[in-house]
Amino acid sequence: MERIPILKLGDCLLVTIQVDMHDRLAMTLQDDLTERIVSQRARGVLIDISALDIVDSFIGRMLSNIAGMARILDADTVVVGMQPSVAITLVELGLSLPGIRTALNVDRGMALLAAARHSEDTAV
Amino acid sequence: MARITLAEIADRHESELLEEWLRLQKESLTSRRDLVSEEELRTDSRRLLSVLREAAGTEDIAKPVWARGRDLLSDLSRRRAVLGFTPSETAIFVFSLKQPLFERIAGATKDDSQQFMDLIWSASTLLDKLGLYTAEAFQKSREELIIRQQQERLELSTPVVELWNGVLAIPLIGTLDSNRTQVVMQNLLEAIVAKGANLAIIDITGVPTVDTMVAQHLLKTVAAARLMGAECIISGIRPQIAQTIIHIGVDLGNVVTKATLADAFQVALRKLNLSVAKLA
Repeated sequence: MERIPILKLGDCLLVTIQVDMHDRLAMTLQDDLTERIVSQRARGVLIDISALDIVDSFIGRMLSNIAGMARILDADTVVVGMQPSVAITLVELGLSLPGIRTALNVDRGMALLAAARHSEDTAV
Repeated sequence: MARITLAEIADRHESELLEEWLRLQKESLTSRRDLVSEEELRTDSRRLLSVLREAAGTEDIAKPVWARGRDLLSDLSRRRAVLGFTPSETAIFVFSLKQPLFERIAGATKDDSQQFMDLIWSASTLLDKLGLYTAEAFQKSREELIIRQQQERLELSTPVVELWNGVLAIPLIGTLDSNRTQVVMQNLLEAIVAKGANLAIIDITGVPTVDTMVAQHLLKTVAAARLMGAECIISGIRPQIAQTIIHIGVDLGNVVTKATLADAFQVALRKLNLSVAKLA
């Protein structure tokens, strides 16, 4: 069965979406991710969509769901690598993915997660 | 009397036709003499006369035998359009051939009024068609020019400049319609990727009015940039614009807005944890 590989990057998890997502695959990804966030005590999730030319409402919803689940498990999510044409399409369709943080690339994404965590930890 | 064709008349009296035609053209172009050289007039006229010699027997100018003629007239139209001629001024090129041609026809059919009528009629309809073709080609090339200029203006007026490492500035000049917004979004997002920017200052000092449409376009652009991980600051908000925005009830969300580009730049520096200090 196909699964999307999840890589460990420090205390973050990196997921690269490279194939067309269908229902089954999305469900499996959500299962695997939540599993891994708990088992590895991950504090952040990076979802790399740089390989996607098209992001439709299905993927948008999947990203929102993942961000929500991760949040409940005390992990932040950052979506990285959105292509300009995808950003324009999402905005034109009115799907601006509210509540999901975004960064240009994995480096920036990691920096963003680190900064967010730092401010959370010091706030307490 | 032997039947004579238009083509034969054009052939037999070519040089006289050319000289008289040129004279009439120059007379009608008095205000534009400096724009078109004698050389050019002569070359174009000679070419059309030679086309006439070949194709005058065919009434339908859409036929292949007239291809060279059509090309000549389109090309001439385009050249004159670029120089700022009016459609009439350009079509005069064809119409001024009527007088010399009719005179030659009269001379060649002195004793045959039927033939005179026939030839005058075919010459007249032919030149009318050619003249109209010229005018239409003129219109088309003017339209192409306008479209090209609009495109250029669109591209020229949406530059994206890098103010600082990772800070982009987009000075908008003119109205922001949906076409423009597309171009702006594309340029901005491509620049964000190319320069690895995480801050973009959209300056609207040059945008004359901000109505709900313009505000929506701005917010769309901000949202798109945000999806690419870059934050936007809108600057150049004139006092009048601030009032308009409140009066029409536009909600700018949580976008930072500043009156001047300088203020926006300061905000950008602060967000990057940078400051400007005087050298000791």
